[in-house]
Amino acid sequence: MIEIRVNGKTLKVPEGVSVAAAIALSGHDRFRRSVAGQPRGPLCGIGVCFECRVTVDGEPHVRSCQLLCWPGMEVCTDD
Amino acid sequence: MTADVIVIGAGIVGAACADALTQGGLRVVVIEPSLAVSGATGAGMGHLLILDENEAEFSITRYSRDRWNQMAMEMPSSLEYERCGTIWIAAVPEELPLLKQRCAFLQSRQVRAEILDSQQLAEAEPNLRPGLPGGLFIPDDAILYPPAAAGWLLKRAEQRGAAVLTGKRVTHIQAWGVELEDGSRLEAHHVVCATGMWTPQLIGGLPIQPRKGHLVITDRYPGFVRHAVMELGYLKSAHGRESESVAFNVQPRKTGQVLIGSSRQFGVTDARPESRIISSMVQRAIDFMPRIAQLSALRAWTGFRAATPDRLPMVGPVANRPNCLLCAGHEGIGITTCLASAGLVSAFILGDRPPLDPKPYAVERF
Ligand SMILES: Cc1cc2nc3c(=O)[nH]c(=O)nc-3n(C[C@H](O)[C@H](O)[C@H](O)COP(=O)(O)OP(=O)(O)OC[C@H]3O[C@@H](n4cnc5c(N)ncnc54)[C@H](O)[C@@H]3O)c2cc1C
Ligand code: FES
Repeated sequence: MIEIRVNGKTLKVPEGVSVAAAIALSGHDRFRRSVAGQPRGPLCGIGVCFECRVTVDGEPHVRSCQLLCWPGMEVCTDD
Repeated sequence: MTADVIVIGAGIVGAACADALTQGGLRVVVIEPSLAVSGATGAGMGHLLILDENEAEFSITRYSRDRWNQMAMEMPSSLEYERCGTIWIAAVPEELPLLKQRCAFLQSRQVRAEILDSQQLAEAEPNLRPGLPGGLFIPDDAILYPPAAAGWLLKRAEQRGAAVLTGKRVTHIQAWGVELEDGSRLEAHHVVCATGMWTPQLIGGLPIQPRKGHLVITDRYPGFVRHAVMELGYLKSAHGRESESVAFNVQPRKTGQVLIGSSRQFGVTDARPESRIISSMVQRAIDFMPRIAQLSALRAWTGFRAATPDRLPMVGPVANRPNCLLCAGHEGIGITTCLASAGLVSAFILGDRPPLDPKPYAVERF
């Protein structure tokens, strides 16, 4: 297991898990907001739809379905 | 029924003409083969700015920019109008004297302008590369979203009784009105030709050429850029006659997106984006704002400016074309200057005093 932080809360996840899966494990279902403020979350799971974007270690608009967790990763969803 | 005026073309220039003419109480019909704002207006950036290379360019941009700012209170929020100001950047110390000269000129003409030193520039736009020598800040320049602005002007005209006919192409302009592609005729006392780069198809012998431009838009990064920022060298790119050039020019959008320009090409009519041009344009932007390299771009597209040899629009009566007024050739500043052009057109038709001296923009100057 490795430790990451999602919106400031520490979370233990199995190694090799995607950021999208980790966020889902943490109980969040809103990953970001649309321009109009509507909730958005993963749709395609294969890096095509860009709906699953979150901020990782300060870098905005990272597709969480395309990235595996690393120890100490800081994830922010937009809610 | 005979209309007072037929306006050909529903880009921002045609829309502004319809708006001004209906304000003057005239019955207006606007004809557009495609959708409204499908031409340059739907493709451009929405920078409302004063340019000052010569008196004619200054007068038309100054009048228009100030008109836009006056209209801001009436605009719906969908126009995304924002008085963010322009910052012109000196890339090298040798450009500082020119920056100061422009600043002094603007101030002498009661346009608010100030010089930013290296540190003030860095504070105003933290994502610029450090160590740039200085900038010229013009606080009352603004930006808006051009298709929404054109749509709004057109809607105002419709509310005053204008008819907008889409899906109809004009094939010939006559003294009594226009002939349409479907063979029908529409009569009017005056015809205003606001067809941008397509104008030579309707009126032969005009020196209007398409000048292709590329733009790139990024994902949302609120606060990344705060002003419309451009390099002083943009003027060389815009005013030069080189067949191909790029310049650093970025604008913030209300959504937090960053709009990146700009390129200029003569002699290309293929609208497809060219990766070679996009790369050099984005590289130029990265030279000035290194962190642009880390932003993700969503989309790139192109548009065509209607360029005249002196980059001023052609507005007014056309030789041997009774009852026809031309209003085209707005190159890269038609979003700004459409208001002055429309003011001139309506003054010609109504016989009113023109809002500015029409001579520098007269069609017969070429
Ligand atoms: C990349 C780029 C960036 C730009 N950035 C800026 C900026 O920041 N600020 C600024 O002020 N300006 C900017 N411009 C310039 C601005 O977009 C144009 O000057 C302006 O949109 C011109 O408007 P228009 O109505 O004359 O032309 P268009 O919008 O092209 O409208 C002409 C209309 O005429 C119609 N038409 C053509 N043929 C016929 C026919 N036979 N019958 C009927 N209708 C016809 C077309 O369908 C079209 O809708 C930019 C342009 C480009 C390309
Ligand atoms: S879920 Fe579609 S890109 Fe991540």
